[in-house]
Amino acid sequence: MSARNPGTELDLGWISRVQVNQPAVIRHAEQIQTRRTVKKVWQAAWLLRAVTCIDLTTLSGDDTPSNIQRLCYKAKHPIREDLLKAMDMHDKGITTGAVCVYPARVADAVKALKSAGCNIPVASVATGFPAAQTPLKTRLDEIKIAVEDGAREIDVVINRSLVLTGQWEGLYEEIRQFREACGDAHMKTILGTGELGSLTNVYKASMIAMMAGSDFIKTSTGKEAVNATLPVGIVMVRAIRDFYWKTGKKIGFKPAGGIRSAKDALTWLVLMKEELGDEWLKPDLFRLGASTLLSDIERQVYHHVTGRYAAYHDLPMA
Amino acid sequence: MAGGCPSMWGIYSAMEYGPAPEGAGSAQAWLEAHGRRFGHFVDGKWLKPEGRETASSINPATGEPLGDTLQGEPEDVEAAIQAATKAFKSWSRLPCHARARHLYNMARTIQKHQHLFAILESLDTGKPIGEARDHDLPLVIRHFYHHAGWAQVMATEMGGWEPLGVVAGVVTWSSLMLLAWKICPALAMGNTVVLLPPTHARLSALLLAELGAQAGLPPGVLNVLTGEGALAELLAIHPGVDGLTVASSVEVGRSLRRATAGMGVRLSLQLGGETVIVVFDSADLDGAAVGLSDTMSCQRGQVPGARALLLVQEAVAEVLLKRVKTRLGKLRIGDPLDKAMDGGALADEAQRLAIETYVEEARAEGAEVFQAWTALPAHGPFYPPTLITGVASSSRCVREQVLGPVLVVLPFRTAKEAVALGNNRPSGLAASVWTENLPLAMEVAQSLQAGTVWINGQNLFDAAAGGGGSKESGNSRDGGKEGLYEYIRLSWQSWPRPGPTELDYKTFAAAYGADPPPIPGHSGVACPTGPELEENMPRVDRTYKMYYGGSQKRPVGMASRPILDPAGKVLAYVADGSAKDIRNAVEAAHKAAPGWGKRAAHARAQVLYYVAENLELRREEVASRLGVLMGTPLEEARQEVDLSLERLFHWAAYCDKSGGAVQETPMHGTTLQLHQPLGVVGIACPDERPLLSFLSLLAPAVARGNAVVMIPSPRYPLPALDLCQIFDTSDIPGGVVNLVTGNRDHLSRTLAQHQDIQAMWYFGSQQGSQFVEWASAGNLKRTWVSHGAPRQWENPTQGAGEEFLYQATQCKTVWIPMGEIFAN
Repeated sequence: MSARNPGTELDLGWISRVQVNQPAVIRHAEQIQTRRTVKKVWQAAWLLRAVTCIDLTTLSGDDTPSNIQRLCYKAKHPIREDLLKAMDMHDKGITTGAVCVYPARVADAVKALKSAGCNIPVASVATGFPAAQTPLKTRLDEIKIAVEDGAREIDVVINRSLVLTGQWEGLYEEIRQFREACGDAHMKTILGTGELGSLTNVYKASMIAMMAGSDFIKTSTGKEAVNATLPVGIVMVRAIRDFYWKTGKKIGFKPAGGIRSAKDALTWLVLMKEELGDEWLKPDLFRLGASTLLSDIERQVYHHVTGRYAAYHDLPMA
Repeated sequence: MAGGCPSMWGIYSAMEYGPAPEGAGSAQAWLEAHGRRFGHFVDGKWLKPEGRETASSINPATGEPLGDTLQGEPEDVEAAIQAATKAFKSWSRLPCHARARHLYNMARTIQKHQHLFAILESLDTGKPIGEARDHDLPLVIRHFYHHAGWAQVMATEMGGWEPLGVVAGVVTWSSLMLLAWKICPALAMGNTVVLLPPTHARLSALLLAELGAQAGLPPGVLNVLTGEGALAELLAIHPGVDGLTVASSVEVGRSLRRATAGMGVRLSLQLGGETVIVVFDSADLDGAAVGLSDTMSCQRGQVPGARALLLVQEAVAEVLLKRVKTRLGKLRIGDPLDKAMDGGALADEAQRLAIETYVEEARAEGAEVFQAWTALPAHGPFYPPTLITGVASSSRCVREQVLGPVLVVLPFRTAKEAVALGNNRPSGLAASVWTENLPLAMEVAQSLQAGTVWINGQNLFDAAAGGGGSKESGNSRDGGKEGLYEYIRLSWQSWPRPGPTELDYKTFAAAYGADPPPIPGHSGVACPTGPELEENMPRVDRTYKMYYGGSQKRPVGMASRPILDPAGKVLAYVADGSAKDIRNAVEAAHKAAPGWGKRAAHARAQVLYYVAENLELRREEVASRLGVLMGTPLEEARQEVDLSLERLFHWAAYCDKSGGAVQETPMHGTTLQLHQPLGVVGIACPDERPLLSFLSLLAPAVARGNAVVMIPSPRYPLPALDLCQIFDTSDIPGGVVNLVTGNRDHLSRTLAQHQDIQAMWYFGSQQGSQFVEWASAGNLKRTWVSHGAPRQWENPTQGAGEEFLYQATQCKTVWIPMGEIFAN
């Protein structure tokens, strides 16, 4: 993780005149998908980079210590060792960026990773994930407990009702308090973009979240009807660039929800490279929130190395 | 990994894109299969006459020769036109459904081979494969499908119209898309085509013709000739060519306009011009920046409209330009066959040098030049995306069109100034308006003189929406129903195809008073006998003046012409107008035109009805004077007055029934087709039916919001002059209708040469028609001439048909993308 974002004073002037034209953003998104591509060895290398940016995630009601442990092992060994060796990448420390779990599973994950002997951070969702419709006090407590249990990253989720009713000061204050509760843990702020009503609101919420001290802004919980779409990503990275131009602070970006294919991962990397630059292609400024994405990437890498398409059972499951 | 290829670790660390070349195998195989030597494609087969010089098609990016094509000679032009003429006989008589099937099959065939087309297009023109594949080919295919539909419904939708015959297509911009724009409507309407593809990019056209034959297109329906640009003129003046459709520079357009003057060839011009992009402070500035960088990379300025002029509101200029510059730095320029390139190669080194000279000139004038040099290939005709700021509106880089990835930036303060700056150029091709303020967007879109306006977007095209320009960008339309009219003629009209006439354009009708009216008392003209006496009182002298700016005006030359009755007796004297009177009348018309064009349609209709009402009041008087003038029985004259009245009603009715349509394009949003007024229309009226023809021409022009400068019949101007008092009392705003009497050809000469007349209608001699067409090349005004052929004004088809509406309006396509709702 990069240096913390101390945040700024709330300046509503930064968001008051913003206009996002959705059709233009959609055309831009189509262009990004057709105008850039990586092939062959470049594709394989980019996919390995994508792996290091994955927040390998399980957020299910039926999570138990056993599947958390499996997830953590997969985080440490995301690509089969023999495949990495064939590419001479086995000693380059390729692991996922983090594992991401519910607060109640943080302790299990920390324990599993410790026994696997690795330093991959545990990220915990918090603040009444996914709806944020719980009292502020319990939302703040959730953060503190997750941090106490060993989470080094907290994925907080904003109160969408504040956006929909235009209470930007209130939103800023809440996120400020989240930030304080996080202590040393890095804070990723989930906007729940599928429930914000417009791309202009997505931009405004992004900007408020960064002013309030978020280290990352993240698209979705994965539980909304619409998750990480490219147009939403374009708007959020615009906000990141504007914030950087204004403050000199680099804020990370995490699309999450619905990212399943290796091709999707490459598209998101292209978006970061084109819109923000190469610095945003590393896990300290870019994460992909995903659960099944990794297995598709591993299959593509398998194909690159062997020239054959893999069966799912050829690769260890998470 | 093999030597030379960077290591996995190296790529993983650097995260560069790496090459993504598209294999050129299919195109190379096609070239090889033809031995890399091509003939013309005429009459369904390759035509390779002996002894022709050849030209080498070169891949501009690499200099690699692709194949040799022929430099056509006049005999080849002859052969192609003969083949097309022969084919026209059966092709034009096919049932609509059969032609629809042929075009549908063409679409399908191109679709099946679109990969080959895209590669060949990229190899031959240097355009990025991605653009050819994702932008051009889908549009080409869509054009064929759409026009298969027009072929199918021609009988019902285009009743009363017929194909022209043989249409010659001249395209000098390297784009398969433009070829399709010309071919599709021509074929759909039953014409056969002889195509002269661009000198620099001939191969796609040859492939298209060959595949057309394979798709079952009858021999001779689509012929492709290759050769130098000089062949264009041979085609244009060939008596076997009935229609000429051109996509080229303004200079070529002008010279072809002049070359075909008076020949009765239907001319459709799609000429150069820039896209004027207006960005307001209320815009989504990031969206606009993406649009701007896209405009600059797209097509590298090699097709009309790709050169862009950015007008940005001063308050946001800095913010916007920072964004644009950042984006330009990210554009990838290089190997056109690389799938991840934004820009490819220019046509050749000469084009690169021209752009360089022009940019350096701007720099020398003190302009600030920003160039994104990132990763430009070391060799080949490549030029970096360039932004020029700090220029004056008089600078050459603002006034002239240099084709290339160059964006010139001018700041503006207010919306009014933006429109003024946007329209301050002779061309009028396309415009983009960026603002989230809907009332502003729509008003600016209405006000910009351009054939296409994109609101919050750029480079949107579709076969269902007529694209094209205005002013010197030519007024052809490609796509939609409006694009069909250039390929059809009216069934009732015998097709006047006069040969080229020797006409001294310098002197034709140039001298004022050179063709003096008869002197009364001589050459059979009776002397006027003075005012009639009634009870020893002379009647008061009636002086006919001219009428412009809403009042009666004496001629600047202070001269009069006698008007004779059929017996040769002087009935009256009318003003003998000169160039200066025309000048004054045009000025008056321009003052009135903008306001009249903006008048509500209902209000315009009311004015025309009021004219009719007042004419009805004076029916007997007008009829009796008409009878005396023409020597016709009173009953016949009454009929003409009544018909005239009906005509006024007809066009009053059309004031609010022909404003445009919504085009069904694939874009999510609304594509409006607006029928806008042309501006100021000069109209020279015929001698036949002097009252009816005068009103039949005046009414549609005025109904559709134009201001007119009318030259009434020189022989029978009195009925028109009698109407002036009616106009005065019918709430026609001053300057909307202007009358200048005098010698038709002398006055028409000034009108046709006037740079600020938007259209010229001429109903007079063949020679006059030829002159008007020739002179119109100056500002490429629209012309509608009679070629000396009479028409039956009393016949509703001939005197008030769809043709009048078409001539009285220009189409503007406004693209309004929509969408704000997403997710919940």
